[in-house]
Amino acid sequence: MPSQAQKYISVSSEITFFSSAPVEDISAINNEAKSAYDKATGEIVFMVPINKFVFPKSLMQEHFNEKYLHSEEFPSATFRGIISDHEDDSGLAWADGELEIHGVKQHIRVSGDFSSFEQSASLNCKFNVMLADYDIKIPSILFKNIAEEIEITVHIAYELFEN
Amino acid sequence: MSCLKISILLSLFLFVVTPSTAQEDLMNLLTDQDEEVEIVPSSFKGTKIINGHSTKTKNKGELDFLIYHRFGPINSGIQEFFGLDQANIRLGLEYGIIDVLDVGIGRSSFEKTYDGYIKWKFMRQKKGASNFPLSMVWLTSMAIGTNQTAAEISTVERIGYTYELLLSRKFTDRFTFQLMPGMVHLNAVPETVDDNDIYYLGGAFRFKLSPSIALTGEYYYRFNPLVSVQTYDSFGMGIDIETGGHVFQLHITNSRPTFEKGFITDTRDNFWDGDIRFGFNISRTFHMGSHN
Repeated sequence: MPSQAQKYISVSSEITFFSSAPVEDISAINNEAKSAYDKATGEIVFMVPINKFVFPKSLMQEHFNEKYLHSEEFPSATFRGIISDHEDDSGLAWADGELEIHGVKQHIRVSGDFSSFEQSASLNCKFNVMLADYDIKIPSILFKNIAEEIEITVHIAYELFEN
Repeated sequence: MSCLKISILLSLFLFVVTPSTAQEDLMNLLTDQDEEVEIVPSSFKGTKIINGHSTKTKNKGELDFLIYHRFGPINSGIQEFFGLDQANIRLGLEYGIIDVLDVGIGRSSFEKTYDGYIKWKFMRQKKGASNFPLSMVWLTSMAIGTNQTAAEISTVERIGYTYELLLSRKFTDRFTFQLMPGMVHLNAVPETVDDNDIYYLGGAFRFKLSPSIALTGEYYYRFNPLVSVQTYDSFGMGIDIETGGHVFQLHITNSRPTFEKGFITDTRDNFWDGDIRFGFNISRTFHMGSHN
Protein backbone atom coordinates (compact mmCIF):
# COMPACT_ATOMS: atom_id res chain seq x y z
CA MET A 1 0.00 0.00 0.00
CA PRO A 2 1.33 3.44 -0.82
CA SER A 3 0.10 4.90 2.49
CA GLN A 4 2.09 2.34 4.41
CA ALA A 5 5.23 3.28 2.54
CA GLN A 6 4.85 6.88 3.63
CA LYS A 7 5.09 6.35 7.35
CA TYR A 8 8.22 7.48 9.12
CA ILE A 9 9.37 6.43 12.57
CA SER A 10 11.95 8.01 14.85
CA VAL A 11 15.40 6.45 15.01
CA SER A 12 16.94 8.97 17.37
CA SER A 13 15.49 11.68 19.53
CA GLU A 14 16.50 14.32 21.99
CA ILE A 15 13.96 16.26 23.99
CA THR A 16 15.26 18.79 26.47
CA PHE A 17 13.52 21.09 28.83
CA PHE A 18 14.94 24.20 30.34
CA SER A 19 13.69 26.15 33.30
CA SER A 20 15.25 29.46 34.17
CA ALA A 21 14.55 30.82 37.64
CA PRO A 22 16.30 33.29 39.95
CA VAL A 23 17.92 30.62 42.11
CA GLU A 24 19.02 28.13 39.49
CA ASP A 25 18.65 27.05 35.88
CA ILE A 26 17.45 23.48 35.54
CA SER A 27 17.66 21.40 32.40
CA ALA A 28 17.00 17.77 31.61
CA ILE A 29 17.50 15.58 28.55
CA ASN A 30 15.39 12.69 27.30
CA ASN A 31 16.70 10.37 24.56
CA GLU A 32 13.92 7.80 24.86
CA ALA A 33 11.10 9.70 23.17
CA LYS A 34 9.47 8.15 20.11
CA SER A 35 7.67 9.73 17.23
CA ALA A 36 5.94 8.69 14.03
CA TYR A 37 4.81 10.68 11.00
CA ASP A 38 2.43 9.76 8.22
CA LYS A 39 3.25 11.71 5.09
CA ALA A 40 -0.01 10.80 3.39
CA THR A 41 -2.21 12.37 6.06
CA GLY A 42 0.25 14.74 7.72
CA GLU A 43 -0.40 13.10 11.07
CA ILE A 44 2.40 13.22 13.62
CA VAL A 45 2.51 11.59 17.06
CA PHE A 46 4.95 11.65 19.96
CA MET A 47 5.34 9.55 23.05
CA VAL A 48 7.73 10.78 25.75
CA PRO A 49 8.40 8.60 28.80
CA ILE A 50 8.49 11.07 31.69
CA ASN A 51 10.81 9.06 33.92
CA LYS A 52 13.50 9.03 31.21
CA PHE A 53 14.35 12.70 31.64
CA VAL A 54 17.91 12.77 32.98
CA PHE A 55 18.79 15.61 35.34
CA PRO A 56 22.21 16.77 36.49
CA LYS A 57 21.19 16.00 40.10
CA SER A 58 19.52 12.70 40.92
CA LEU A 59 17.36 14.22 43.65
CA MET A 60 15.90 16.67 41.11
CA GLN A 61 15.00 13.72 38.92
CA GLU A 62 13.32 11.99 41.86
CA HIS A 63 11.29 15.07 42.75
CA PHE A 64 10.42 15.76 39.11
CA ASN A 65 8.89 12.30 38.82
CA GLU A 66 7.29 11.96 42.22
CA LYS A 67 6.17 15.44 43.14
CA TYR A 68 5.55 17.38 39.96
CA LEU A 69 4.84 15.05 37.03
CA HIS A 70 3.60 12.03 39.06
CA SER A 71 5.12 9.72 36.48
CA GLU A 72 3.85 6.51 38.09
CA GLU A 73 0.32 7.69 37.45
CA PHE A 74 1.06 9.50 34.18
CA PRO A 75 4.03 7.65 32.67
CA SER A 76 4.08 9.37 29.27
CA ALA A 77 3.50 12.73 27.68
CA THR A 78 1.96 12.46 24.23
CA PHE A 79 1.28 14.67 21.27
CA ARG A 80 -1.20 13.86 18.51
CA GLY A 81 -1.38 16.36 15.73
CA ILE A 82 -1.28 17.22 12.07
CA ILE A 83 1.46 18.99 10.21
CA SER A 84 -0.14 21.73 8.22
CA ASP A 85 1.32 24.62 6.24
CA HIS A 86 4.37 22.64 5.32
CA GLU A 87 6.58 24.59 2.94
CA ASP A 88 7.74 22.25 0.15
CA ASP A 89 9.19 19.27 2.02
CA SER A 90 11.71 21.54 3.64
CA GLY A 91 11.80 24.44 6.02
CA LEU A 92 9.11 25.94 8.20
CA ALA A 93 6.16 23.82 9.22
CA TRP A 94 3.28 24.18 11.65
CA ALA A 95 1.81 21.39 13.73
CA ASP A 96 -1.63 21.55 15.33
CA GLY A 97 -2.73 19.09 17.91
CA GLU A 98 -3.23 17.94 21.46
CA LEU A 99 -0.35 17.82 23.89
CA GLU A 100 -1.03 15.67 26.94
CA ILE A 101 1.20 16.09 29.97
CA HIS A 102 0.43 15.01 33.52
CA GLY A 103 -2.95 13.70 32.34
CA VAL A 104 -4.06 17.12 31.07
CA LYS A 105 -4.72 17.73 27.35
CA GLN A 106 -4.17 21.12 25.77
CA HIS A 107 -4.47 22.16 22.18
CA ILE A 108 -1.23 23.67 20.91
CA ARG A 109 0.15 25.04 17.67
CA VAL A 110 3.88 24.76 17.25
CA SER A 111 6.24 25.85 14.51
CA GLY A 112 9.50 24.16 13.62
CA ASP A 113 11.85 23.00 10.91
CA PHE A 114 10.58 19.87 9.28
CA SER A 115 12.20 18.15 6.30
CA SER A 116 11.14 14.89 4.76
CA PHE A 117 12.93 12.95 2.06
CA GLU A 118 12.36 9.60 0.40
CA GLN A 119 14.07 7.54 3.10
CA SER A 120 14.29 9.88 6.06
CA ALA A 121 12.92 12.97 7.76
CA SER A 122 13.97 15.32 10.52
CA LEU A 123 12.29 17.69 12.92
CA ASN A 124 13.67 20.51 15.06
CA CYS A 125 11.45 22.75 17.11
CA LYS A 126 11.25 24.77 20.26
CA PHE A 127 8.21 25.87 22.22
CA ASN A 128 7.12 26.93 25.69
CA VAL A 129 4.82 25.20 28.13
CA MET A 130 3.12 26.86 31.09
CA LEU A 131 3.14 24.51 34.09
CA ALA A 132 -0.23 25.81 35.25
CA ASP A 133 -1.87 24.72 31.96
CA TYR A 134 -1.07 21.11 32.81
CA ASP A 135 -2.02 21.27 36.48
CA ILE A 136 1.63 20.91 37.53
CA LYS A 137 1.95 22.46 40.96
CA ILE A 138 5.23 23.50 42.50
CA PRO A 139 5.25 23.47 46.31
CA SER A 140 5.59 27.06 47.56
CA ILE A 141 8.79 26.19 49.42
CA LEU A 142 10.52 25.61 46.07
CA PHE A 143 8.88 28.26 43.96
CA LYS A 144 12.01 30.32 43.49
CA ASN A 145 13.82 27.32 42.00
CA ILE A 146 11.45 26.54 39.18
CA ALA A 147 10.11 28.76 36.44
CA GLU A 148 6.40 28.87 35.66
CA GLU A 149 7.17 28.55 31.98
CA ILE A 150 9.38 25.78 30.65
CA GLU A 151 11.16 25.77 27.31
CA ILE A 152 11.00 22.49 25.40
CA THR A 153 13.40 21.68 22.57
CA VAL A 154 12.78 18.74 20.24
CA HIS A 155 15.18 17.09 17.80
CA ILE A 156 14.01 13.96 16.00
CA ALA A 157 15.51 11.96 13.17
CA TYR A 158 13.13 9.69 11.26
CA GLU A 159 13.53 6.84 8.85
CA LEU A 160 10.99 5.39 6.48
CA PHE A 161 9.03 2.72 8.28
CA GLU A 162 8.92 -0.69 6.66
CA ASN A 163 6.94 -3.59 8.00
CA MET B 1 -37.15 15.74 17.17
CA SER B 2 -35.00 14.15 19.85
CA CYS B 3 -34.18 11.34 17.41
CA LEU B 4 -32.83 13.90 15.03
CA LYS B 5 -30.73 15.47 17.77
CA ILE B 6 -29.31 12.12 18.73
CA SER B 7 -28.42 11.22 15.17
CA ILE B 8 -26.75 14.61 14.70
CA LEU B 9 -24.81 14.12 17.91
CA LEU B 10 -23.95 10.59 16.89
CA SER B 11 -22.69 11.64 13.48
CA LEU B 12 -20.68 14.45 15.06
CA PHE B 13 -19.27 11.95 17.50
CA LEU B 14 -18.34 9.55 14.73
CA PHE B 15 -16.87 12.36 12.70
CA VAL B 16 -14.67 13.38 15.61
CA VAL B 17 -13.65 9.85 16.49
CA THR B 18 -12.76 8.58 13.02
CA PRO B 19 -9.62 10.64 12.38
CA SER B 20 -8.35 10.00 15.91
CA THR B 21 -8.46 6.21 15.43
CA ALA B 22 -6.18 6.68 12.46
CA GLN B 23 -3.81 8.43 14.81
CA GLU B 24 -4.13 5.63 17.33
CA ASP B 25 -2.70 3.39 14.61
CA LEU B 26 0.24 5.73 14.19
CA MET B 27 0.65 5.80 17.98
CA ASN B 28 0.68 1.98 17.95
CA LEU B 29 3.88 2.12 15.95
CA LEU B 30 5.44 3.66 19.06
CA THR B 31 4.00 1.33 21.68
CA ASP B 32 4.60 -2.04 20.00
CA GLN B 33 8.00 -2.20 21.64
CA ASP B 34 8.92 -4.64 24.39
CA GLU B 35 7.84 -3.80 27.88
CA GLU B 36 10.69 -2.43 29.94
CA VAL B 37 11.92 -3.35 33.38
CA GLU B 38 11.17 -0.60 35.85
CA ILE B 39 12.83 -0.26 39.22
CA VAL B 40 10.25 0.68 41.83
CA PRO B 41 11.48 4.01 43.21
CA SER B 42 11.56 5.50 46.68
CA SER B 43 10.37 2.83 49.08
CA PHE B 44 11.71 5.16 51.75
CA LYS B 45 12.92 8.76 51.67
CA GLY B 46 15.43 8.57 54.50
CA THR B 47 18.29 6.10 54.89
CA LYS B 48 16.94 5.66 58.43
CA ILE B 49 13.34 4.97 59.39
CA ILE B 50 13.71 6.10 63.01
CA ASN B 51 16.66 4.45 64.74
CA GLY B 52 17.13 1.62 62.28
CA HIS B 53 18.13 1.67 58.63
CA SER B 54 15.73 1.56 55.71
CA THR B 55 16.44 -0.11 52.35
CA LYS B 56 17.11 3.35 50.90
CA THR B 57 20.63 3.84 49.61
CA LYS B 58 22.03 7.09 48.29
CA ASN B 59 22.53 7.53 44.58
CA LYS B 60 26.10 7.48 43.30
CA GLY B 61 27.96 10.59 44.38
CA GLU B 62 25.41 11.76 46.93
CA LEU B 63 26.77 12.66 50.35
CA ASP B 64 24.37 12.98 53.27
CA PHE B 65 25.19 14.97 56.36
CA LEU B 66 23.13 13.44 59.16
CA ILE B 67 22.12 14.80 62.53
CA TYR B 68 20.24 12.45 64.86
CA HIS B 69 19.03 13.95 68.11
CA ARG B 70 17.20 12.31 71.03
CA PHE B 71 15.98 14.24 74.06
CA GLY B 72 15.45 12.82 77.55
CA PRO B 73 12.29 10.96 78.57
CA ILE B 74 9.09 13.02 78.44
CA ASN B 75 8.07 11.64 81.87
CA SER B 76 11.15 13.14 83.58
CA GLY B 77 8.98 16.10 84.63
CA ILE B 78 9.13 19.87 84.58
CA GLN B 79 12.52 19.91 86.36
CA GLU B 80 14.06 18.34 83.23
CA PHE B 81 11.64 20.30 81.02
CA PHE B 82 10.05 16.99 79.96
CA GLY B 83 13.36 15.67 78.68
CA LEU B 84 14.28 18.65 76.53
CA ASP B 85 17.16 19.56 78.87
CA GLN B 86 18.97 16.37 77.89
CA ALA B 87 20.64 15.81 74.57
CA ASN B 88 21.88 12.68 72.82
CA ILE B 89 23.31 13.40 69.46
CA ARG B 90 24.89 11.52 66.58
CA LEU B 91 26.65 13.36 63.77
CA GLY B 92 27.22 11.29 60.68
CA LEU B 93 28.06 11.11 57.01
CA GLU B 94 26.73 8.64 54.47
CA TYR B 95 28.05 8.41 50.92
CA GLY B 96 26.79 6.58 47.84
CA ILE B 97 29.81 4.92 46.16
CA ILE B 98 27.47 3.54 43.52
CA ASP B 99 23.66 3.68 43.45
CA VAL B 100 23.35 0.52 45.52
CA LEU B 101 26.35 0.73 47.87
CA ASP B 102 26.66 3.16 50.77
CA VAL B 103 29.26 3.67 53.45
CA GLY B 104 28.62 5.66 56.59
CA ILE B 105 30.44 6.89 59.66
CA GLY B 106 29.21 8.62 62.77
CA ARG B 107 29.95 9.69 66.28
CA SER B 108 27.37 9.54 69.07
CA SER B 109 27.38 11.20 72.46
CA PHE B 110 25.95 7.95 73.86
CA GLU B 111 28.99 6.25 75.47
CA LYS B 112 31.13 8.43 73.14
CA THR B 113 30.62 5.88 70.40
CA TYR B 114 32.14 5.84 66.92
CA ASP B 115 30.35 3.71 64.35
CA GLY B 116 30.70 2.80 60.72
CA TYR B 117 28.66 0.74 58.32
CA ILE B 118 28.33 -0.63 54.80
CA LYS B 119 24.95 -0.96 53.15
CA TRP B 120 24.61 -2.99 49.98
CA LYS B 121 21.32 -3.15 48.09
CA PHE B 122 21.82 -6.44 46.23
CA MET B 123 18.27 -6.71 44.88
CA ARG B 124 15.88 -3.95 43.88
CA GLN B 125 12.12 -4.22 43.66
CA LYS B 126 11.21 -4.30 39.97
CA LYS B 127 8.11 -4.39 37.85
CA GLY B 128 7.38 -4.63 34.15
CA ALA B 129 9.10 -7.17 31.91
CA SER B 130 11.06 -8.58 34.83
CA ASN B 131 9.36 -8.67 38.18
CA PHE B 132 10.94 -8.85 41.62
CA PRO B 133 8.79 -8.27 44.69
CA LEU B 134 11.38 -7.03 47.20
CA SER B 135 14.27 -4.70 47.76
CA MET B 136 17.02 -6.53 49.67
CA VAL B 137 19.83 -4.86 51.54
CA TRP B 138 22.71 -6.27 53.54
CA LEU B 139 23.97 -4.11 56.40
CA THR B 140 27.17 -4.64 58.34
CA SER B 141 27.93 -2.13 61.05
CA MET B 142 30.52 -1.76 63.76
CA ALA B 143 30.41 0.44 66.84
CA ILE B 144 33.00 1.17 69.48
CA GLY B 145 32.37 3.02 72.72
CA THR B 146 35.21 5.21 74.00
CA ASN B 147 33.79 6.29 77.33
CA GLN B 148 36.66 6.46 79.85
CA THR B 149 34.56 5.81 82.97
CA ALA B 150 34.93 2.05 82.71
CA ALA B 151 38.69 1.98 82.17
CA GLU B 152 39.12 -1.72 82.95
CA ILE B 153 37.43 -2.68 79.68
CA SER B 154 39.86 -3.13 76.78
CA THR B 155 39.33 -1.51 73.40
CA VAL B 156 38.47 -4.80 71.71
CA GLU B 157 35.86 -5.53 74.35
CA ARG B 158 34.06 -2.29 73.57
CA ILE B 159 33.34 -3.29 69.98
CA GLY B 160 30.02 -4.60 68.75
CA TYR B 161 29.10 -5.79 65.25
CA THR B 162 25.72 -5.92 63.59
CA TYR B 163 24.72 -8.06 60.62
CA GLU B 164 21.29 -7.35 59.24
CA LEU B 165 19.21 -8.30 56.22
CA LEU B 166 16.65 -5.70 55.21
CA LEU B 167 13.67 -6.77 53.09
CA SER B 168 11.25 -4.12 51.95
CA ARG B 169 8.28 -4.08 49.66
CA LYS B 170 6.50 -1.03 48.36
CA PHE B 171 2.97 -2.44 48.20
CA THR B 172 1.34 0.69 46.85
CA ASP B 173 2.48 4.17 45.98
CA ARG B 174 1.75 5.06 49.62
CA PHE B 175 2.60 2.01 51.69
CA THR B 176 5.97 0.31 52.24
CA PHE B 177 6.64 -2.48 54.71
CA GLN B 178 10.05 -3.71 55.83
CA LEU B 179 11.37 -6.70 57.81
CA MET B 180 14.86 -6.74 59.35
CA PRO B 181 16.18 -10.03 60.73
CA GLY B 182 19.63 -9.58 62.23
CA MET B 183 22.20 -10.29 64.88
CA VAL B 184 24.34 -8.09 67.12
CA HIS B 185 27.62 -9.58 68.27
CA LEU B 186 29.04 -8.02 71.43
CA ASN B 187 32.72 -8.72 72.03
CA ALA B 188 32.06 -8.42 75.75
CA VAL B 189 28.84 -8.71 77.75
CA PRO B 190 28.17 -7.56 81.34
CA GLU B 191 27.82 -11.07 82.86
CA THR B 192 28.59 -14.61 81.74
CA VAL B 193 24.86 -15.44 81.67
CA ASP B 194 24.43 -12.98 78.80
CA ASP B 195 24.67 -14.12 75.20
CA ASN B 196 27.32 -12.48 73.02
CA ASP B 197 25.13 -12.95 69.96
CA ILE B 198 21.76 -11.28 70.26
CA TYR B 199 19.28 -12.20 67.54
CA TYR B 200 16.42 -9.96 66.60
CA LEU B 201 13.67 -9.34 64.07
CA GLY B 202 12.62 -5.81 63.25
CA GLY B 203 9.51 -4.60 61.44
CA ALA B 204 8.90 -1.13 60.00
CA PHE B 205 6.52 0.73 57.74
CA ARG B 206 6.08 3.99 55.91
CA PHE B 207 2.69 5.38 54.94
CA LYS B 208 2.59 8.46 52.75
CA LEU B 209 0.04 11.05 53.85
CA SER B 210 0.92 13.53 51.09
CA PRO B 211 3.68 13.74 48.44
CA SER B 212 6.07 15.17 51.06
CA ILE B 213 4.80 13.84 54.40
CA ALA B 214 4.75 10.25 55.61
CA LEU B 215 3.95 8.36 58.80
CA THR B 216 6.59 5.84 59.94
CA GLY B 217 6.96 3.22 62.64
CA GLU B 218 9.44 0.53 63.68
CA TYR B 219 9.79 -2.21 66.29
CA TYR B 220 12.71 -4.52 67.06
CA TYR B 221 11.93 -7.80 68.83
CA ARG B 222 14.92 -9.52 70.49
CA PHE B 223 14.86 -13.32 70.82
CA ASN B 224 17.58 -13.47 73.50
CA PRO B 225 18.13 -10.07 75.15
CA LEU B 226 20.74 -9.46 77.82
CA VAL B 227 19.53 -10.97 81.09
CA SER B 228 21.87 -9.31 83.62
CA VAL B 229 20.49 -5.85 82.86
CA GLN B 230 16.90 -4.86 82.23
CA THR B 231 16.57 -3.77 78.61
CA TYR B 232 13.55 -3.33 76.36
CA ASP B 233 12.67 -3.77 72.70
CA SER B 234 13.21 -0.60 70.70
CA PHE B 235 10.06 1.05 69.40
CA GLY B 236 9.33 4.27 67.58
CA MET B 237 6.67 6.20 65.69
CA GLY B 238 7.35 9.22 63.55
CA ILE B 239 6.67 11.60 60.71
CA ASP B 240 8.91 12.14 57.67
CA ILE B 241 8.92 15.52 55.98
CA GLU B 242 10.79 15.86 52.71
CA THR B 243 11.71 19.15 51.12
CA GLY B 244 14.27 19.89 48.36
CA GLY B 245 17.51 18.29 49.60
CA HIS B 246 16.42 17.70 53.20
CA VAL B 247 14.57 14.93 54.99
CA PHE B 248 13.25 15.83 58.45
CA GLN B 249 12.13 12.96 60.63
CA LEU B 250 10.32 13.76 63.88
CA HIS B 251 9.54 10.89 66.20
CA ILE B 252 8.97 9.44 69.64
CA THR B 253 11.00 6.44 70.75
CA ASN B 254 12.23 4.72 73.90
CA SER B 255 15.82 4.36 72.61
CA ARG B 256 18.63 6.74 73.43
CA PRO B 257 21.35 5.47 71.06
CA THR B 258 20.77 5.60 67.30
CA PHE B 259 23.24 2.92 66.16
CA GLU B 260 22.30 -0.81 66.03
CA LYS B 261 24.51 -2.13 68.81
CA GLY B 262 23.09 0.52 71.15
CA PHE B 263 19.38 0.64 70.45
CA ILE B 264 18.95 -3.10 69.96
CA THR B 265 20.92 -4.39 72.95
CA ASP B 266 20.91 -1.41 75.27
CA THR B 267 17.52 0.34 75.28
CA ARG B 268 16.97 0.90 79.00
CA ASP B 269 13.57 2.58 78.83
CA ASN B 270 10.14 1.03 78.58
CA PHE B 271 8.00 2.88 76.04
CA TRP B 272 4.80 1.55 77.63
CA ASP B 273 5.79 2.96 81.06
CA GLY B 274 5.95 6.41 79.50
CA ASP B 275 9.75 6.55 79.07
CA ILE B 276 9.24 8.20 75.71
CA ARG B 277 11.80 10.48 74.10
CA PHE B 278 11.13 13.07 71.50
CA GLY B 279 13.74 13.00 68.75
CA PHE B 280 14.54 14.04 65.23
CA ASN B 281 16.77 13.05 62.33
CA ILE B 282 17.82 15.66 59.79
CA SER B 283 19.62 14.83 56.58
CA ARG B 284 21.05 17.19 54.03
CA THR B 285 22.11 15.78 50.67
CA PHE B 286 25.11 17.20 48.83
CA HIS B 287 25.89 16.24 45.26
CA MET B 288 29.52 15.40 44.67
CA GLY B 289 29.52 15.79 40.89
CA SER B 290 27.00 14.67 38.30
CA HIS B 291 25.27 11.34 38.79
CA ASN B 292 25.65 10.25 35.16
